[in-house]
Amino acid sequence: MESSSEKFLLQGNEAIVEGALAAGCCFFAGYPITPSSEIAELMSMRLPKQNGTFIQMEDEIASIGAIIGASLAGAKVLTATSGPGFSLMQENLGYACMTEVPLVIVNVMRGGPSTGLPTSPAQADVMQTRWGTHGDHPIIVLSVSSVADSYEIAVHAFNMAEKYRVPVVLLSDEIVGHTREAITLPPGKPMEVVNRIKPSVPPEWYVPYENNSRGVPPMADIGSGYRHHVTGLMHNAKGFPTSDPQEVDTFHRRMQRKLDNGAMEIQMSRGFMLDDAEVAVIAYGAVTRSALRAVKMAREQGIKAGLLQLITLFPVPRAALDSVLRQCRAVLVAEMNMGQYVREVRAVNVSSNVKQLNRFDGHLIKPDEIFGKLMIL
Amino acid sequence: MVEHASVIRNDFLRHDMQFPHVWCPGCGLGIVLGSLIRATAKLEIPKDDMVLASGIGCTGRMPAYVDFNTLHTTHGRALTFSTGIKLAKPELTVMTIMGDGDATAIGGNHFIHAARRNLNITAIIVNNQTYGMTGGQYSPTTPYGSKATTAMYGHIEHAFSIAELAVTAGASFVGRGTVHHVTQLDDLIGKGIRKRGFSVIEIISNCHTNYGKMNNLADPVAYQMWMKEHAVSVKKAAKMSVEELEDKFTIGILADIDKPSYIEEYQKIRDKAAGAGS
Ligand SMILES: Cc1ncc(C[n+]2csc(CCOP(=O)(O)OP(=O)(O)O)c2C)c(N)n1
Ligand code: SF4
Repeated sequence: MESSSEKFLLQGNEAIVEGALAAGCCFFAGYPITPSSEIAELMSMRLPKQNGTFIQMEDEIASIGAIIGASLAGAKVLTATSGPGFSLMQENLGYACMTEVPLVIVNVMRGGPSTGLPTSPAQADVMQTRWGTHGDHPIIVLSVSSVADSYEIAVHAFNMAEKYRVPVVLLSDEIVGHTREAITLPPGKPMEVVNRIKPSVPPEWYVPYENNSRGVPPMADIGSGYRHHVTGLMHNAKGFPTSDPQEVDTFHRRMQRKLDNGAMEIQMSRGFMLDDAEVAVIAYGAVTRSALRAVKMAREQGIKAGLLQLITLFPVPRAALDSVLRQCRAVLVAEMNMGQYVREVRAVNVSSNVKQLNRFDGHLIKPDEIFGKLMIL
Repeated sequence: MVEHASVIRNDFLRHDMQFPHVWCPGCGLGIVLGSLIRATAKLEIPKDDMVLASGIGCTGRMPAYVDFNTLHTTHGRALTFSTGIKLAKPELTVMTIMGDGDATAIGGNHFIHAARRNLNITAIIVNNQTYGMTGGQYSPTTPYGSKATTAMYGHIEHAFSIAELAVTAGASFVGRGTVHHVTQLDDLIGKGIRKRGFSVIEIISNCHTNYGKMNNLADPVAYQMWMKEHAVSVKKAAKMSVEELEDKFTIGILADIDKPSYIEEYQKIRDKAAGAGS
């Protein structure tokens, strides 16, 4: 992909690689799993060309361990997997939350539980992305609905990980990951690339987990002269283990605050035909496209329908959801699982009329199905 | 001639913030810490360039006391974190310290693959034949027939020999020492760190509090005397019969081979990729 823009026919998985590289990713560790393996394969070709590093580890636990280590040493890092691998990553994902290590994990979702449906799409790992690892913790979860999204949201994922020192899970699915679409690269409007803030004080003044107003302490690379301790034990501002109630409380509140402070830019969504909408579909990922088609069909029938596409799933984009819930007489949450995210939508406004449409048989929800539901909302 | 163990370097410890330590009085881990400090001080590598990573356990607590770049990771996974650090910054000296359970039970897969991969990392494994931190349950190195809090009727599994496992898995340098043979231990750790490629130092240590209490070695001094009586140098062992070696273990250097490290091999990949065009 050289300087002048060109059109490419890419898979969603390939577009994620392009987005990651554009965002400055220089380290990938992973373990093969359908339907995500193309990401590892392409990274193994691309990274060494630009002095980056690819490594295939012995399992997904090792993969996330390696990217945490590399990120602590200053690299922008990525791993990619699917359900079974994502399950294995949970403990170290919690470590990254606890130690505030920027990293991006792509989960190209397939049908579960267990080995499930390796080559079929699903959106059933949504709640696992939020609560898969134990303990209260901050996390950002983004979802992609197309090849263009896969590129763009991958860049956002890295930017957010770096800016907020938090793991970001990028949810794709078998359909988006494997569908080929035309995409212009680099995109017409260049995307900003954000790098983590490094300490500017002398090493002896460095407080690695300081409770500053942003809630995000500057991060020193291992080996940059700022020797400090990193532990998954609860730690104080200096980074050493503590069980002091005040320090524990301060830690959890700062974790909450750092994502609250950034809510405006973290919580991304897109509205389609919402201005005068009386009913709306709420969708994310591959279902977004069926939903958009269904909304257009409904408009043709004179129904004032709209669509809210959620890009950020967690932290829940409350403001965007609340405004749609207040405006519309009813909303339909369509997702390829037995009803996961619909609970979050209902929790935003308990008095609203929230209906659900679910499919969990390994097939995409069709526009007709959504249209049918819209007609009787 | 081996030098005698010298006094440890004070500025390598985090005196002001981290002491007293959490270990039981008489625990072999204090001796391991001393040995590590002496060995690293002799290498004259700046502290800023040294990394000490650990997993979870009594052994896992060591990095907090040392004034390097330190990392206390998850149980069994320390080598995976070290792999990432070393690959991202090959100029750093990366050491990983683990307990026997940490390295060969929950982390056994990472351990053999790290050895096979031959990345320049030094793995120091403190083998106290038990899970110290969680109270003396059996580990992959608990001897057959001994007692553990989860084997009060006697242990029926056979123990791993960590150093031999490392040799078979392909480590470039493998040494075994004990906390009783300290001068040799300093030397082994120093050699391990200097080695290009993956190096493993297995250290037989005492958990008298847990393992010892259940197996007639509750006194740390008696425990160390047991080490003295049961350790045989690699050289001497070569001349002994299988029967004579029955309840003994070897100490010294078990492997020291030269082969390209992962870092060198990966540089070749980069060169090939750069030449391959887009
Ligand atoms: C995933 C996970 N499982 C279990 C534990 C509990 N745990 C903490 S330390 C430990 C064993 C420690 O034994 P070893 O690795 O031999 O180190 P030692 O304490 O003897 O130095 C266990 C099982 C844990 N922390 N994480
Ligand atoms: S429990 Fe055992 S290994 Fe842990 S500090 Fe005490 S003696 Fe050492």
